[in-house]
Amino acid sequence: MPQSMNDEIKLSGVHKWYGQYHALDDINLEVAKKERIVICGPSGSGKSTLIRCINRLEAHQQGQIIVGGIELTENEKNIEEVRREVGMVFQHFNLFPHLTIVENCVLAPVWVRKMGKAKATEIAMHFLERVRIADQANKYPGQLSGGQQQRVAIARALCMNPKIMLFDEPTSALDPEMVKEVLDTMVSLAEEGMTMICVTHEMGFARQVADRVIFMDQGRVVEEAAPAEFFDNPQHERSRLFLSQILH
Amino acid sequence: MLGRLILTYPATARRIGALFVLFLVAAGLYSLGISSAWIGKIFPSAVDWLKENKQLGRAISAIALALIVAFNWKLLQLLPRRQQIVAVWLELFALLMLFFYSFDLSLPFIAKKIGFMISQGVVTTLYISAISIAIATVIALAGAIAKLSKNGVIYGLATFYTSLFRGLPLLMQIYIIYLGLPQVGYVIGAVPAGILALSLCYGAYMTEIFRAGIESIHRGQTEGATALGLSPNQTMFLVILPQAMRVIVPPTGNQFIAMLKDSSLVSVVGVWEIMYLARTQGQTEFRHIEMLITASMIYWVLSIGLEFLQSRIEAHFGRFNAR
Ligand SMILES: Nc1ncnc2c1ncn2[C@@H]1O[C@H](COP(=O)(O)OP(=O)(O)OP(=O)(O)O)[C@@H](O)[C@H]1O
Ligand SMILES: [Mg+2]
Repeated sequence: MPQSMNDEIKLSGVHKWYGQYHALDDINLEVAKKERIVICGPSGSGKSTLIRCINRLEAHQQGQIIVGGIELTENEKNIEEVRREVGMVFQHFNLFPHLTIVENCVLAPVWVRKMGKAKATEIAMHFLERVRIADQANKYPGQLSGGQQQRVAIARALCMNPKIMLFDEPTSALDPEMVKEVLDTMVSLAEEGMTMICVTHEMGFARQVADRVIFMDQGRVVEEAAPAEFFDNPQHERSRLFLSQILH
Repeated sequence: MLGRLILTYPATARRIGALFVLFLVAAGLYSLGISSAWIGKIFPSAVDWLKENKQLGRAISAIALALIVAFNWKLLQLLPRRQQIVAVWLELFALLMLFFYSFDLSLPFIAKKIGFMISQGVVTTLYISAISIAIATVIALAGAIAKLSKNGVIYGLATFYTSLFRGLPLLMQIYIIYLGLPQVGYVIGAVPAGILALSLCYGAYMTEIFRAGIESIHRGQTEGATALGLSPNQTMFLVILPQAMRVIVPPTGNQFIAMLKDSSLVSVVGVWEIMYLARTQGQTEFRHIEMLITASMIYWVLSIGLEFLQSRIEAHFGRFNAR
């Protein structure tokens, strides 16, 4: 299959089952370099499953996923290569509690990229500064607030110098007053031209930075549109229902 | 009714309760047949009186002891926590020594033998235990990873191993390895046989501890590490195990202490470790009890060493939890 040079991520005819359960049903999605995608949809619709397939935290069973020109198959080498270029931020941060903030950030560069410790620390401090948390570098994750932890998680992913960033509901485990600091970090990342796929229900964020909103339901992409179009004039019954629920 | 009385007069109720406990302790001591000889030792003038009034003497002795305990308790309450702990240890240790003293032990005999006990027995015990601990830890780690494996063959191997070696008495394993391996053409020395049995047996117990420890770490940790590109091995050794250690270390410390003492079973195949020497050294002069108590104390001291080590390791792996 010839691939357009511009596509950073390309999913074609992707299916995934958990046992009998059809979690992803014929997903087709192309994401260009520097494109920002927001995925939304009701709980259980397969949003997490979809983005977890992109760095192979979950394996798809049918169809094709190509990330940065590399196809994801059983091939371990390909998987490693893709994971090195794709950063991921989780709902519950998944920081390593036994390591300090800066140790969290240097772990992967040192062990995966085989970078020197001094260089890795320098890079880590650079990104920690960017997420405005450098002064906490020697604390442990448990000593930070949720919002701070999530910003560290973003910095940790950035230290690997990824081409693509995946976000799985990065603000939904946070207290309301901390949501903004994390969203601001993500906005500035988007402004620098990072390719991003975000699962989020933060509609303000979607309107501000997304190039496209993808609405999923029951493992399928139901609607795909520019944010203004999607929010103001949703085409599908399910989308309308969903929007009316999250906008109260 | 009684409940209301207690609630209305809490101070009085507490006093009555304390008196009742005191009475119970005294009655308990009396019914255990406490002797009154110690009063005679302290007050020689009372010896004759005690001889005449046996029952009364025992009752007084029981009440006096109960009062001493109560007084001691009150006194200890006045100390700060750390000193309380030290004081309790010292008192109980003194009591234990008093207990041993009552056996009428020959200290010169102990002094004569203890050098050999340590240079031969302790060294052998420590050597066997240390090697077995190291091997068992490696086995446990491998076994735990195998038990978490999706591969059926590996899982089968691991479960059979843990089932067998947890299921057979350690003594049996020592005999089977020492006497059985030569049958299939592999002659094995007593010390290697002991080390092998201890390692395999404790490796099986510790496999379960390690598995539980690894499983106690949330799946998100593996996912976080995997998403960063760490390999499964790197994830295990850099992320999962250092955290699992907090769960693994305390029960493993228990296992090490148990193993230290179970190494005494190796004496059955004639290894000159502490237990073997304790049984044989006293024989010539019919001073068994001296050697047994000496050996017990040595085991205890070694166990305390392990306890200390465990608390240090625990503190090391738990440091990130301090706020
Ligand atoms: N490991 C698993 N085993 C079995 N079923 C799973 C597994 N992971 C997810 N599922 C199922 O797949 C479906 C999609 O899950 P997914 O986590 O992708 O939903 P989601 O859209 O992210 O929902 P949410 O908004 O609640 O996070 C759900 O019905 C879920 O129960
Ligand atoms: Mg989800």
